[in-house]
Amino acid sequence: MSHGLTRKSELAQISDEELAAQMDRERAELERTWAPPTGLRGWLTDTDHKRIALRYVVTAFVFFVFGGLEAALMRIQLARPDNHFLDPDKYNQIFTVHGTTMMFLFAVPIVTALGIYLVPLMVGSRDVAFPRLNLYGYWVYLIGGILLYTGFLLNTGPDAGWFAYVPLAGPAYSPGKRVDIWAQMITFTELSGLAGAVVIIGTVFKMRAPGLTLNRLPLFVWAQLITSFMIIFAMPSVMLASGLLASDRLIDTHFFNPAEGGDAILYQHLFWFFGHPEVYIIFIPALGFISSIVTAFARTKIFGYTAMVLSLISTGFIGFGLWVHHMFATPIPQMGQSFFTAASMIITIPTGIQIFCWIATLWTGKLNIKTPLLFVFGFFANFIIGGLTGVMLASVPLDLQIHDTFFVVAHLHYVLIGGSVFPLFGAFYYWIPKWTGRMLSETLGRWTFALMFIGFNLVFFPQHILGLHGMPRRVYTYLPESGWGTLNLISSIGAFILASGVLVFIINFLWSRRAGEVAGPDPWAADTLEWSVSSPPPSYNFHNLPVVQGRHALWEATPDAPVVRGLSTTKRETLVTSVLDAEPELRFEIPGPSIWPFLVALGTAEAFIVGIFTPWAIMAGALLTGAALICWFFGDPNYENRPAIESPSKVASPPELRPKEV
Amino acid sequence: MTEFRKTKLLTLAFGALGFLSSCGGIQNSINPAGPNADSLSRLWWLMFYVCTAVYVLVMIALVIAIRNGGRKSDLNPVLNPSPETETRKRNAVLSAVTATVVILFVFLIYSYSTGRALTADLAQKNGLSIELTGHQWWWEVRYNDVDASNIFTTANEIHIPVGVPVTFTLRGGDVIHSFWVPNLAGKKDLIPGKVATTWLQADKPGVYRGQCAEYCGLQHARMALWIVAEPQDQFNAWRQNQTQGSVPPATDSQRYGQQVFLSAPCVMCHTINGTRAGSNFGPNLTHVGSRNTIAAATLSNTREHLMQWIVNSQQFKPGNRMPQNNLGQTELDALVDYLQSLK
Repeated sequence: MSHGLTRKSELAQISDEELAAQMDRERAELERTWAPPTGLRGWLTDTDHKRIALRYVVTAFVFFVFGGLEAALMRIQLARPDNHFLDPDKYNQIFTVHGTTMMFLFAVPIVTALGIYLVPLMVGSRDVAFPRLNLYGYWVYLIGGILLYTGFLLNTGPDAGWFAYVPLAGPAYSPGKRVDIWAQMITFTELSGLAGAVVIIGTVFKMRAPGLTLNRLPLFVWAQLITSFMIIFAMPSVMLASGLLASDRLIDTHFFNPAEGGDAILYQHLFWFFGHPEVYIIFIPALGFISSIVTAFARTKIFGYTAMVLSLISTGFIGFGLWVHHMFATPIPQMGQSFFTAASMIITIPTGIQIFCWIATLWTGKLNIKTPLLFVFGFFANFIIGGLTGVMLASVPLDLQIHDTFFVVAHLHYVLIGGSVFPLFGAFYYWIPKWTGRMLSETLGRWTFALMFIGFNLVFFPQHILGLHGMPRRVYTYLPESGWGTLNLISSIGAFILASGVLVFIINFLWSRRAGEVAGPDPWAADTLEWSVSSPPPSYNFHNLPVVQGRHALWEATPDAPVVRGLSTTKRETLVTSVLDAEPELRFEIPGPSIWPFLVALGTAEAFIVGIFTPWAIMAGALLTGAALICWFFGDPNYENRPAIESPSKVASPPELRPKEV
Repeated sequence: MTEFRKTKLLTLAFGALGFLSSCGGIQNSINPAGPNADSLSRLWWLMFYVCTAVYVLVMIALVIAIRNGGRKSDLNPVLNPSPETETRKRNAVLSAVTATVVILFVFLIYSYSTGRALTADLAQKNGLSIELTGHQWWWEVRYNDVDASNIFTTANEIHIPVGVPVTFTLRGGDVIHSFWVPNLAGKKDLIPGKVATTWLQADKPGVYRGQCAEYCGLQHARMALWIVAEPQDQFNAWRQNQTQGSVPPATDSQRYGQQVFLSAPCVMCHTINGTRAGSNFGPNLTHVGSRNTIAAATLSNTREHLMQWIVNSQQFKPGNRMPQNNLGQTELDALVDYLQSLK
C-alpha cells in the first residue's frame, strides 16, 4: 500500500484524480501513524519534536518573565540611594536567581528549543534523531527550574551569585541548602542541554533530506550545529565545577577549601571554561535567526555564505580560548593573561565578518521591512555597542578598572539582550505564524520593538557611565553622596518601558491566537523547507520528504522538483542519509511515544534533589535511573532498520506531488 | 524611521560624550589622581574614541544599506546578483575586515604595553609597603617596615604620602574580596590561599574612596575604605602617632569607658594596644578616634553614629558580625568618650 508509487512507469499510468486520492489516503494514514497520544498520557509521553520544542519555548518564556520581574525588583531597589525596598538578603537572592534564571533556564533552553522545533523541518526530516532523549531533556530541565523556584519561594534561594564563587559558596560561608539548590539545578539544566545538543547533532548529520549537502545547509542549521558541539565541550566543565562544589558542601571534600590545600581559583577556571562559551552558546543560535530573517526579508541570498559558515565555526573554537578574561583581577601572571587578551580581541573578527556580510546583503537586497527585520536592525544598533565594550574589557589593564562594575553589567546586557534577545523576538515574529498558523499584529509588533529598543537603551546605557564612575556590581544599595542616584533612576525608569514592550508582545501573541490573520504555509515567501508545509506543520512534518536542489530550498526548487517516495506511512519512518552529501542510506524507524523518559527523569531528580539532604539518595537514584533506562531500551520495538531501496526513486513528479497542505 | 534612528544615534553619542567628560567624584576611574589610574584612563579614552568612531561608521553604513535596499517595490527573491555588485560587496567587506584587524592590533599593542609598564614597575617600587587583608566586611591594614617597632595595624582608612608609590600585598581573610580605588588604580582580588600584589600612587593630596569589587556576601555593598593622601610630613606625623600605643584615658568618664570596654563583649573581638584587649577578629581600635569613618566607610565617625553602631550595628549593616550591645546610657556615654579619645 504505502510502497505504491515508486516507479516512474507506474506513475504515468495513474490519472490525476487517482493520484490525488492516493495522496489523501497516504496523508490520512500518516496522521494515524504519527498521531500523538492524548490527555495526561500525551503530556508525559509524546515525543513529537514540535510539541516538545513548544513546551520548552513556553516554559523558558515563563522563566524569562520571572527573571524580568526579579530585574524589576532590583531596579526599584536601586532607583534611589539608601533605599529600603529590599533587604540585602532578599536582594542577594534575587540577583542570584535572576542571573541563574536568565542564563540557565531562559537563554540556553529557548535558543535550543527553536532549533529542536525548526531543525528537522529545515533539513526535511519527520522527527529528530533521538525523540525520547529529547523528551527526557525537557523533563529534567523542567524539574531543575521547579527546584530553583521552589527554593526561592521558600526563602532558600541561592545567594552566592549565578557564578557561586568559592569560598563564599563553600560550606563555611554559605551554610544551609541555598547553594546546594543552585548546584543541583545546574546539573539538571546541563543534562538537558547535553540531551538537546546530541539530538540536534544527530538530526543535522544523519537525517537531512537528499540533496541537502552540508554546503547547502541553511545558516540557521549551521548555527545550531556549532552551538550543540560547544554545549558538548563546555557543559562537562561546569558539571565538574558544580559537582565538586556539591561534594565539598555535602560530603566534606576539600577541592576548593584553601585551608586544606584546595584551590579557590581552580573553581573559577572550571566555571569560566564553561561560562564564556556559554555566552556564545546563547549568541550563535541568534546569529542563525538573523541569517534566516535577513534572507527572507532582504529577498536575496546572504552574501558570503562560506565566510559566514567559517566565521561561525571559528567563533565556536575561539570561544573556548577566552575564559581567563573573566579573571584578570586574580593573580594570574600578566604574560598568560595577554594571550587571553589577544584571543578575546580576535573573536571580534569572525563576528565582524558576519555583521559586514549582513549589511552588504541588506545593501543590495529588496527590503521588506517588517517587525522581524526591525529586531535585526535593533540587534545591529545594540549588539555592536556590546561588542565594542567587549573589546575594551579584553584589555587586561583597562579591564582592571571596569571589571565587576556596572560597566560590565551594561556590556553583558548589550551582548545578551542586544545580541540574543532582540534576534529572538525577531524570530518569534518570524516563526510564530508557523507554530500557531496565525500572524501576529504588525502594528503591535512595531510597538513591541519601539518600547523594547528605547527601554533597553534607557536601562543599560547609563550603566556604562555608572561603572566608570565607580559603582561596583551586585551592591544592594549605595550612599547618597556617591552621585549615582540620577543615572540609576533613569535606568530604573527604562526597566519599566522595556517590560511594557514585552507585555505588548504577550498581548499580541494571545490576541493572534484568537484573531490573527490566518498565515498559510508561507506567509513571508521565505526560502527554507519549514515554509513548504502547513502552519502548524502536520505531526509527520513531510508527506513526501523533499529533494533539495540548492541553498535556498524553496526559492531554487524547480517546478518538477523530485520528492522521496517509498517511506512507510504505517510506521514512523524517516530517511537516514550520509553526513557530507546527504546520500540516502537507510529507512529508519523513529521511536515513538514512551513513558520511560519521564520515569528516568524522575529517577535523576530523586538522585539530585534528595541528594541535597543525604548522599545515599544518589545511590538510590542511580539504581532507579538504571532500572528505568533498562526498560527504556528493552521496551523499544524499533531496532529493525531496513536498507533503503536503491536510491529512493527520485521520481520526476508533477508539481502537485509536492506536499502542499494548505 | 531612518530619520528617527539617526536622531537617536546623535543624541546618544553626544549624551555619552557629555556625561563621560563631566569628570569629578572621589570614586571615579576617569578622574585619575595618580600615574597608575592615569595610564588606564588614557587607554580608556583611546578605546572610547576609536570604538565610537567605528560604531558611528557601521551605523552610517547600516542606514545607507537600509535606504538603498528599502526603495524597491518588487519582492521576488534575487538569487543571482550581478558579478559587479558581488565584487563591490566583497571589496567593501574585505576592507571593513582589514580595518577591524588593524584597529585590534593597535588596541592589543597599546593595551599590552600599558599593562607591562604598570606591572614591570612593581619590582622597583620601594616606597611604602602595606599589607591588606579582606574580611567580611572590612579591611585590615598593616603597615610593614624593616624596623619592627614601626609596624602597626589599622582598619578601613589608609594614609599614604603624596607622590610616593605604595605597594600592597593582598590577602583573602575569609572569602574573595577585591581592592579597588578607582581614582588611583585598577582592582586586584584578595583570594584566600593566594598572595597578590598591586601598587598605586597619589599625585594630589586628597581623599579617595575605594570599595570592594568582588561579591563577598551579605554586606558586599557596605565594604568600602578611604585612602587619605597627604604631604610627606603630615603622613610621617600620622604614622608616628599610629605606631604608639593607645592614649591612656584622661578623664573619669574616659577611665570608666575603658572599664566598660574591657568588661563588655567588645574585648572579645577588638584590639586596643596598651590594654588587655587583644583580639583580632574585628578592626583594631587603637586609634579609632582618629579615623573619619566607622563601619568600613559606611558612617561618619561622630558621637551619635558611634553610639548607634555600638548599640545596634545591624540597623546600618544587617548581617555584620558585630553583636547588639545592651549598655546603659551612662556606660554608653563613657564608652564613646573613651573611644573618641583614642586619637
